[in-house]
Amino acid sequence: MSLLDFPALERAEPGVSSQLDRRDFLKALGGGLLVCLSGADGFAQESGRGGFGGGHELPKEISAWLHIAADGTITVYTGKVEVGQNIRTSLAQSVAEELRVSFSAIAMVMGDTDLVPWDQGTFGSQTTPNMGPQLRRMAASARQSLIALAAARWNVDAATLSAADGKVTGPQKYQAATYGELTRGEKLVTTISSSAPLTPASDWKIAGTAEPKANGREFVTGKHQYPSDIVRPGMLFGKVLRPEGFNATLVSLDSSEVEKMAGVRVVHDGDLIGVTAPDAWTAERALGALKAKWSVPAQPSNKEMCETFKQTDGGGRPQHVTGSVDQAMAAAPIKLEQQYVIQYIAHAPLEPRAAVAEWTDGKLTVWTGTQRPFGVRDELASAFNIPATQVRVIQPDMGSGYGGKHQGDAAVEAARLAKAAGKPVKLVWTREEEFTWAYFRPGGLIEIRSAADHDGTLLAWEHHNYNSGNAAITTPYNTANQLIQYHAAKSPLRQGSYRGLAATANHFARESHMDELAHAVGMDPLEFRLKNLTDPRLIAVYHAAAEKFGWGREKSTPQRGFGIAGGADKGACIATCAEVEIAGTKVRIKRVVQAWESGAIVNPDGLRNQVGGALVQAIGGALFEAIEFSNGRIGNPHFAQYRVPRFSDTPQVELVLLNRPDLPSAGAGETGIVGLAPAVGNAIFAATGTRLRNMPMAPLNPVAGAPASPFTS
Amino acid sequence: MVNLVLKINGAELHLSAAAEESLLSVLRNRLNLTGTKYGCGEGQCGACTVLLDGNAARACLTPVSAAAGMKITTIEGLEQNGRLSPVQQAFLDEGAFQCGYCTSGMIVCATALLREQPHPTDDQIVARMDGNVCRCGTYPRIVDAVKRASQMAAKGAAR
Repeated sequence: MSLLDFPALERAEPGVSSQLDRRDFLKALGGGLLVCLSGADGFAQESGRGGFGGGHELPKEISAWLHIAADGTITVYTGKVEVGQNIRTSLAQSVAEELRVSFSAIAMVMGDTDLVPWDQGTFGSQTTPNMGPQLRRMAASARQSLIALAAARWNVDAATLSAADGKVTGPQKYQAATYGELTRGEKLVTTISSSAPLTPASDWKIAGTAEPKANGREFVTGKHQYPSDIVRPGMLFGKVLRPEGFNATLVSLDSSEVEKMAGVRVVHDGDLIGVTAPDAWTAERALGALKAKWSVPAQPSNKEMCETFKQTDGGGRPQHVTGSVDQAMAAAPIKLEQQYVIQYIAHAPLEPRAAVAEWTDGKLTVWTGTQRPFGVRDELASAFNIPATQVRVIQPDMGSGYGGKHQGDAAVEAARLAKAAGKPVKLVWTREEEFTWAYFRPGGLIEIRSAADHDGTLLAWEHHNYNSGNAAITTPYNTANQLIQYHAAKSPLRQGSYRGLAATANHFARESHMDELAHAVGMDPLEFRLKNLTDPRLIAVYHAAAEKFGWGREKSTPQRGFGIAGGADKGACIATCAEVEIAGTKVRIKRVVQAWESGAIVNPDGLRNQVGGALVQAIGGALFEAIEFSNGRIGNPHFAQYRVPRFSDTPQVELVLLNRPDLPSAGAGETGIVGLAPAVGNAIFAATGTRLRNMPMAPLNPVAGAPASPFTS
Repeated sequence: MVNLVLKINGAELHLSAAAEESLLSVLRNRLNLTGTKYGCGEGQCGACTVLLDGNAARACLTPVSAAAGMKITTIEGLEQNGRLSPVQQAFLDEGAFQCGYCTSGMIVCATALLREQPHPTDDQIVARMDGNVCRCGTYPRIVDAVKRASQMAAKGAAR
């Protein structure tokens, strides 16, 4: 099921695999045209998806997405990538379902720019809601084409035939042919039909089941090759010299000692200073022997973060305005105004950025870990001023990204080193490089003011987010008077995407504020939320979480607090209940119940892993993760200093998945991260009466510029 | 550079490396045993865990010269005659991974744990595995996998 199982191309040992392009590849498989008699119309993409194609037209031809070999092997091509979210498995399930074949019959080729249709990238929880239907429609069309082909071959009415178990059969005994016998390995030249009927989720037999991770055995035996595991013949090892701080300029460089080292090449190409060596050990030593002096300009630090955001507020207009917040606030009996600060954090994927680059006759091939293979291909083409057709990016299933691997920094660096060395070069960033020279999840400042009536009716809601982003910035709670605005500001650090984006920050602020308002009104926090909600999906997850958790069954005590939070984003609804234990100043999350609904469930086991994993990852940002930065330098670029969630931080996790076969499947990679922090903060308040309004809430060391937390974790 | 003989996964391998080079670098970059992962290079994440004479060790902090003469087992050495070890099988059965990058280190660490404590409690598993990081947050399933492996080993069947 992995790239490694791909015939001819990927199964070959690195070093002997030939550089087939897609055309050659199809030719090798049998390039004849298979014309079948289908009245299929052209199907570009569903409308109203907000630019899924990003200016690129997705191929309408089935053959761009699917190949059925004479032996029945089915290969599916997609530009989406597998980063641990288990999409290789769930997409294959969807295709198998519509094509009426077994799950194991399908091999997915993903993220190889020479082989798969263009794709904008794997982010924003878009694969399941967009690529899922695209592939389902494609497979359903292919099934129709196969039936039509059999009908033509047997000269019968297609309506008398059906497809099941990889075969087309009819009422007569002779009317039976496997898909491979029908295609004989040739291309299906029909186009994707918008009228091809999709199997309703309520009838799913393969999709909707807990199919284990495709190729799981490769992962427990160490055989799966991640980007950093790729080896090429004659490959050198590269290292890049990093400046002393951000925005530094080079004052001087003395490479004389390194030039004398056997087999070592110093590469000084514009802003890139690096070395290549025949082995990784020598490359490290060579890098260490480069003597460089840098000039680092003065730059903002944690303690100036909020001030910087306010000073560099780019203005802009509110996203959402209804009624008048000012008037409602003036007349309202219960009012609240609070500020929330969210620190920068690092993605810290366990596999750091890595790339192996190889130039062959002017054509560049790069194996790298990225969520945007085509974006990285374009970065490389632009860096070397060559056509994108001369660049191939291959994305082996990687050691995750969490939104952190959108850019092709390591790919470009490896390609520059390889070009200078005239040999393939592997570059693997160190943990310190990963913590310093990647980009960060944005820090932010959020200001909320609100008002409510004595009976708990929300009267006004004003929410300003400075810098961290506008994901999930609008409130799901009914409020007549609203003003909601994101303020783009100048970030003191390089910032970018992250799992859930600013939905975590906006939910933390909103759900902490809602909790505070509930207490001000004197209502139970769940009751207060439900009073102001009409979204039946969100109400359903709140009820489901509360029931499983036993919300309201026990009262919080100074040692034990219960909190609740929820929200909706990217098509999914979530509600989280947390129980915390307080011992002196120490906080421990003891138990969390998280209810989730994202439409029809494609793979309940994969979904559990994603929703539970996001919850565990959320513990870091909630309690202790924070990037310490000062004057262009990162103060904690190691796991010894930058604490991430571990076994001992993990509570008892209980998940409630609500399946809605009547709704389209939404993505599940991100929104599972948003509920934990506010639920925990609210639980801490319930126990102690102390309201925490800054993330992280209980850091190892106080974060400069943020009020010190009375708690540790 | 020195000439070394390493006993890895039952084979004797002759190689040349710097004496102070890490075992991790030698495994990955000289021997292409890439199942053992680099995660931090400072013993903080456990991705590079290997067995040295049966005990869990961080290959990134072990100079190769110190490992010479010891019995080195990496993730590639746990499968015997196409049969997964109980810990490997249990991780597979529980689906105790997401991206899988930490999995080699987790499995090797759990293997050492079960050798010393064949029937660990949850607290013992957490204490012993706490040096291994899973950024995908799969910890509850990993604990379940270790317990399942313990039961499988007790039954003497890796299936």
